[in-house]
Amino acid sequence: MSAPLAPKALKRLFDKIGTVDAVGIEERVLKYGTRSIKTDSKLWGLRCAVSMVDLTTLEGKDTPGKVASLCQKAIEPHEFSDTPKVAAVCVYPSMVKHARKYLGVSPVKIASVATAFPSGQAPLKTRLAEVRYAVAQGADEVDMVINRGAFLSGEYALVQDEIAAVVQACGKSALKVILEVSELETYDSIRAASCLAMQVIREGDFIKTSTGKTGLNATLGNNQVMLEAIRDHYLATGVAIGMKPAGGIRSAKQSLQFLTAVKETLGDRWLTNKRYRFGASSLLNDLVRQIEKQRTGAYQAPYAFSEAAESY
Amino acid sequence: MKRLLITKTPKVYVGGAFIRSESGRVFAMKDADGNFFANIPQCTRKDLRNAVEAAAKAGPSWAKRTPYNRGQIIYRLAEMIEARSLELAEAITLGSTKKSLVTAARNEVAASVDRLVYYAGWADKLEQVLGNVNPVAAPYFNFTMTEPMGIVGLIASQEASLLGLISLIAPAIVAGNTVVASASELNPYPAVVLGEMLATSDLPGGVVNLLTGFHRELVPTFATHAHLRAVIAEATADERKTLALGAAETVKRIHTFKAEDNINWYSDSFESVYRIQDTLEYKTVWHPIGA
Repeated sequence: MSAPLAPKALKRLFDKIGTVDAVGIEERVLKYGTRSIKTDSKLWGLRCAVSMVDLTTLEGKDTPGKVASLCQKAIEPHEFSDTPKVAAVCVYPSMVKHARKYLGVSPVKIASVATAFPSGQAPLKTRLAEVRYAVAQGADEVDMVINRGAFLSGEYALVQDEIAAVVQACGKSALKVILEVSELETYDSIRAASCLAMQVIREGDFIKTSTGKTGLNATLGNNQVMLEAIRDHYLATGVAIGMKPAGGIRSAKQSLQFLTAVKETLGDRWLTNKRYRFGASSLLNDLVRQIEKQRTGAYQAPYAFSEAAESY
Repeated sequence: MKRLLITKTPKVYVGGAFIRSESGRVFAMKDADGNFFANIPQCTRKDLRNAVEAAAKAGPSWAKRTPYNRGQIIYRLAEMIEARSLELAEAITLGSTKKSLVTAARNEVAASVDRLVYYAGWADKLEQVLGNVNPVAAPYFNFTMTEPMGIVGLIASQEASLLGLISLIAPAIVAGNTVVASASELNPYPAVVLGEMLATSDLPGGVVNLLTGFHRELVPTFATHAHLRAVIAEATADERKTLALGAAETVKRIHTFKAEDNINWYSDSFESVYRIQDTLEYKTVWHPIGA
């Protein structure tokens, strides 16, 4: 029943929001790699990127101890330079109370994934209960996943209603809506899902590329599609939505290209961690490594930084 | 009909791939008669940085291979060079600024092959010689064993363009280090050809990374790069000073040969287990003796 529904519903949706010129997007994002960002502006960009990191651990083997060291890293990414704190730590709901304990009064926020992350394949009631649990435990931000099954079968109203229900369950906590772009497959679908989500979320909420649990994560291409959707939404309604690419951004160089995309698409007002985040774990160490390189003039070894995975 | 001259623009072997310098720069190489011969990549400190990243990636699995396997791979490299020794000998004479004899070049290739075979043999024997079970006055086994240092920077001989390079590479990689080497700038061509041979050998990409370019541009970065754990270099007095100062900052091991000493790379002193020791760390472990 749902199969024939999809094309019609999709057409109605695209009549309203417009489609994406995929080739144009690819060409556009290629240019971001060509900007020459050196010395002072590079340092500014690196520090800005550090302040936007949602330092993430989302593994079955997470323990309170692991969360404790993650929180310490979030508060003080590197001991020898005045590196800014990261924006937030991102953990599973059961780890929120531990993060709360270790972060104390620091301004670093706690983001919790919820709604049966990463698949979202649980009854709505269960998903909402999980959101309320995370918020009650002290999560400042909630990262939800959309119902991709419903989206792909054309039940856009259902997708939107579920997001609206999660917005309510969040209360004062900010919401990040994960589209899981790799499962949406086309730029058109990414734009459609972005617009559906933005119609029901609030100023200060985010849309987010992916869970980091699938093969393809944040790329400059899907980042660009979502940034342009945010721009169109802002111009139409005046509501400023934030953006969070997640997964796959590992090097400082990549993060500067993403920041270039933000500046050239949405402008300086989005170059703040209130409106732009990086969902990442290994990115942070590469950022502080490059900041140290700028400070000392010497290339640094990755294992000289805390929480490094590299040892050779 | 007169053929069009085929001049090469060779690339260097880094991370298992052939790259140009990220700067896009090249320098012209002339043959012994002073005719233009090839444009050689003029690598920069950023190329060095990228090469170190490539070496870091290849390092853990190279160090984890059995010593026996490392020995086999290095021996096979020697086999391959032996089979293509004429090509390498030609590369040595072609790029040499001095008119050198073909026989001298062939001798240099032969000595290089022998050197690889020599160090290949050490792969599964160095632990017997350098490691030890130490007598201690308590009920413990006390072992000392060797570990590779990690990524080693090599600054190769200016004159012995092939033998000088291989004499530094072989003892470093046999124990599980990975290397980033700066080739002779007077005659970089044998290093380019060697790269083409390394690419078809069984040596995993990234274990040996070869850069061409000017030593004066690369030596300061070799000295200060914290990820390089040791630098083995044929260096001038100025370069030795730069290396010593930079290395002090990062607590790096430096071993230099004086370029002004007119080093004889054929010397037996370059075939020694202590050349391998130059890029090793010792680890001592105490283990209680069971009842």
